[in-house]
Amino acid sequence: MGILEVKGVGKRFGGLQALGDVNLSVAENSCHAIIGPNGAGKSTLLNCLIGKLIPDTGSVTFEGQSVLGRSPHEINQMGISRVFQTPEIFADLSVLENMLIPCFAKRDGSFELNAISAVRNQKDVQDKAMHMLEDMNLADKRHMHAASMSRGDKRRLEIAMCLAQEPRLLLLDEPTAGMARADTNNTIDLLKQIKEERDITIAIIEHDMHVVFSLADRITVLAQGTPLVEDTPDKIKGHPKVREAYLGESAD
Amino acid sequence: MFGLEKKDLRLLMFVAGLTLLAPFLLNPFPEGSAMAQFNAGYPDLMQRFVIFGIFAIGFNILFGLTGYLSFGHAAFLGVGSYSAMWMFKLFGMNVIPALGLAIAMSGLFAIVIGYVSLRRSGIYFSILTLAFAMMSYALAYSVLATDMDGPDKQGLLQKGLTGGETGLQLTLQDPRILGAQTTESGNIPVPSLFGVEMRSATELNLGDWVFTFSAGYYFSGVIMLLAFYLSIRIFRSPFGMMLRAVKSNQQRLTYTGLNPKPYTLAAFVISGMYAGLAGGLMAAMDPLAGPERMFWTASGEVVLMTILGGAGTLIGPVLGAGAIKYMENILSKINSDILHTWFAFLPDGLENLIVGMIYPFIGKGWHLTLGIIFMLVVIFLPGGLVEGSQRIGRMFKRKQADDDKPTATTEPAE
Repeated sequence: MGILEVKGVGKRFGGLQALGDVNLSVAENSCHAIIGPNGAGKSTLLNCLIGKLIPDTGSVTFEGQSVLGRSPHEINQMGISRVFQTPEIFADLSVLENMLIPCFAKRDGSFELNAISAVRNQKDVQDKAMHMLEDMNLADKRHMHAASMSRGDKRRLEIAMCLAQEPRLLLLDEPTAGMARADTNNTIDLLKQIKEERDITIAIIEHDMHVVFSLADRITVLAQGTPLVEDTPDKIKGHPKVREAYLGESAD
Repeated sequence: MFGLEKKDLRLLMFVAGLTLLAPFLLNPFPEGSAMAQFNAGYPDLMQRFVIFGIFAIGFNILFGLTGYLSFGHAAFLGVGSYSAMWMFKLFGMNVIPALGLAIAMSGLFAIVIGYVSLRRSGIYFSILTLAFAMMSYALAYSVLATDMDGPDKQGLLQKGLTGGETGLQLTLQDPRILGAQTTESGNIPVPSLFGVEMRSATELNLGDWVFTFSAGYYFSGVIMLLAFYLSIRIFRSPFGMMLRAVKSNQQRLTYTGLNPKPYTLAAFVISGMYAGLAGGLMAAMDPLAGPERMFWTASGEVVLMTILGGAGTLIGPVLGAGAIKYMENILSKINSDILHTWFAFLPDGLENLIVGMIYPFIGKGWHLTLGIIFMLVVIFLPGGLVEGSQRIGRMFKRKQADDDKPTATTEPAE
């Protein structure tokens, strides 16, 4: 039984069946990639996992608990963090403050009326945030306005913010979309390092096959809202059905 | 000291200095001189400076930090005033319980209004708060002002809860069960702090200058300093940081496991309580509460104050409140006769022309001046007066730096 179990999930938008009957099991401490052509329902599936959308049918359980019907912040507090396609950070805040917020969220939960004590006196949170920034090579940029960082640094910061919450499942939505090759390779290295150093499960949605085949232990191919095949990267590479769905190539 | 960083402590001390020395600072011109009408150092106006300062400081906690633009904060001002008045009528003239009730009642109102309004954001939030404030105004103006009294028309509720158009006033028949119902001379007692009357004042004559020290002003001033200190602590706290995060990116906040709703509601309630405190102080300085205090123009005024001074900055709202109240009270007092005496040295035709050109911007036309200044600030100084003073400060610093290094370095052309 995997850390994340998706059973019979379906989602309809008007006349469009975005997700048919999705069954998916993500094993603990694995890196599971979900690939598929445009419009296959990858993003819809991801949004169903984090509470942004509620599926019409089926169930989603994380560590044995259902995530359906919970609001996004509750699902996050259960241990699922999400990295967005375009980096979502607090652009108006400093890099250090960006890092402090998830550290507070981890320590204090979803709401804490801590209106009198100064941020700088919260030594445990400060130390943790600084430690995370050092880990990510962002420590010397801590006083910088987050909005003025490069795209690659923003991505690093967003991943660091997700990790600061010590999630058990990290969801990545096309983390290298729109990146230059060098930045893409840096991100791959970073994710590999995270995978090795931490007890963390990674689920990744990606277009870029280079990224998928360098990271994933298992791959699910989604086409027209239903999983086509699920297998190891080596098997997927040569699978005739995948080639057909993905590349539009006939299998003869 | 006080758990503040050096920079914030300096700011607090600066504001404290201004507040304590205001009777001197705002009276720079000798009595009877031509410039004396620009003096703002009389108790009535100084009280308004600090009271609206409190109102704007509180508004800034909501608008400056979370970016939620409430257009109905005057409702809490009114609730605070009415609550304080009822405390005076029922229990006695001490201002402390009156302010306590004002804060508590406006806090309760803010929980209800905030809970409903914060279901939406952006323009819809603003419209909802505006609707609530105008409903409160209608309640105070007519609904709650109907006769709820017996046939003898002599009791407490002869003009309803709010007194309607004429407002809620003290009368000799008020019970005031914990204080004196009337003074020894048979008059209505005045608000006081443990015996010190709010309207009492001492005058200091120094040559041609007259400085007035009013108990009411200093009481309000101390309360404003406390309110300002509290707002610094909120700005520097984890709570304040979360509020700025709400403004910056609510989506990321949600996916960081934080629920933005209680944060924004708490900010709304805190700023509503600030407004209630300001309203209570108004009633304490001048025991009268009318529905016009809740009208939408009053809500708009605090928005102007905050933006003019610099939304999201600590001292901005205080500066904005001071600037607007100064213009309202000083510019509006200048009339065409005064203008003619100023420009009497010019030839007649020119004098009339210049007076004619300035006249629309003074007296009742002071709103025109305010509008122009507001537009200039929003266009050229989006950070408000605070940004203006920062730019001036930087200009001086650069000049000094230039003087220190007179040798011109060759810079690459850009």
